[in-house]
Amino acid sequence: MSGLMRIFAAICSQHMHLSWRSGQTMLAVSFLFIAITLLPFGLGPELKLLRALAPGLLWVVLAISLLTGLERLFQADYEDGTLDRLLLVPLAFEAVVLAKLLGHYLALVLPLILAVPLAGLLLNIEAARLPVLLAAMLCGSPALVLLGGIGASLAVSVRRGGLLTVLIAMPFYVPVLIFGAAAGRAGLETGVAVGPYLGILAALSAASLLLAPFAIAAALRSALR
Amino acid sequence: MLKALENISAFYANPTRFMALARQVHRPLWALAIGVLAYGLYRVAYVPADYQQGDSVRIMFVHVPAAWMSLFGYSFIFIASVTALIFRHPLGHVAARAAAPVGAVFTLLALITGSLWGQPMWGTWWVWDARLTSVLVLFFIYLGYIALWQAIDEPTRAARAASILAIVGFINVPIVKFSVDWWNTLHQPASVSRLARPALHADFLYPLLIMGAGFLVLFLALTLTRMQMEVLRQRLRARAPKGEPPHV
Repeated sequence: MSGLMRIFAAICSQHMHLSWRSGQTMLAVSFLFIAITLLPFGLGPELKLLRALAPGLLWVVLAISLLTGLERLFQADYEDGTLDRLLLVPLAFEAVVLAKLLGHYLALVLPLILAVPLAGLLLNIEAARLPVLLAAMLCGSPALVLLGGIGASLAVSVRRGGLLTVLIAMPFYVPVLIFGAAAGRAGLETGVAVGPYLGILAALSAASLLLAPFAIAAALRSALR
Repeated sequence: MLKALENISAFYANPTRFMALARQVHRPLWALAIGVLAYGLYRVAYVPADYQQGDSVRIMFVHVPAAWMSLFGYSFIFIASVTALIFRHPLGHVAARAAAPVGAVFTLLALITGSLWGQPMWGTWWVWDARLTSVLVLFFIYLGYIALWQAIDEPTRAARAASILAIVGFINVPIVKFSVDWWNTLHQPASVSRLARPALHADFLYPLLIMGAGFLVLFLALTLTRMQMEVLRQRLRARAPKGEPPHV
């Protein structure tokens, strides 16, 4: 592994470690389950209804759980000066940003997606739907993290900027939610191809991967100035 | 041509020169806005009632120009932000910040008049129609942009962050539009065809275009007034003694 790759991996694993050690991962997964538990109180305990709504509900809850975790993506490092140091790393700052996003994804988002089958059980989702739903979430979730990162980086210098982050990031989530939930719905209907939905989700993720690191790095640089 | 534009833009990069120009343009612009809108409303009053929609069709003459302005406003913010971020034009941030609440209010006006029109026509205040939904999302993009300006205290930092958001958000608008269109046609194609009216009769078209021009001039007048306010606010900030920024 070359030196630059090692730095990339170090930043990524440090972010993962910190998320795990500070209990962020546990918090996010608990949040997901609490949100799922609240749904039947609002919608009624009717299993048929919950089953029909489950794919869409799971997507929305996943997105909201993800949004709540975004506030800490850069803010702790911004406040204690780590981000200033990371500017000096012999790696393009965009790559540093990407390493942190990857760490965030592995530490926070992947556990959330892994919790979805269990949460789906509570909503009485059919087992046959799960593979398609999970595939859609794996294709679409990188876009959620990358686009959410834009919100988090813009609000990084704002104290208690959590709500601001959510307000900024939410409009960006609309396309991912639309196609994600559509894939989840199409999963069970026979004769409906799921591939195109997954393709669009992956395309959204790829496009965000191309644009978001530059926007995030620019936003963080201007906050550090 | 381009060179001339460059010279003009460089000349007015000086806020004092801009303020001198604004003072001269300000009143004629407002007079023009009020004049065109008054004439437009006069024309609207004499539009024949629609054979299906009756008098409620008149809502269109406010609703459609407001919707145009919602998109024009965001494009204006985008262009101003690019000018500020890439060409470092000092008035770019001022223009973008000044236009944001104006655009947001026009967007809200489009939503509210649409809702008032929808009630007699569709029998409901709100449908999750593709157009309505994407305008609602656009309104939230405006709100996020305005909130970002307000949340960051340090002006140059706020300006840079806001212009990054404006540019990224501008890329996002057509993607949202596309996906919402797709999403809705999956669900309820019928409601869309009601919006896709046949081409407008000239009796309706000309008053609509006059109202559109009126709204455009009104937008520019409001934005110019707010730009003047913004420059004054910056001067007030610069004059304040260190350590106690004035609440402006």
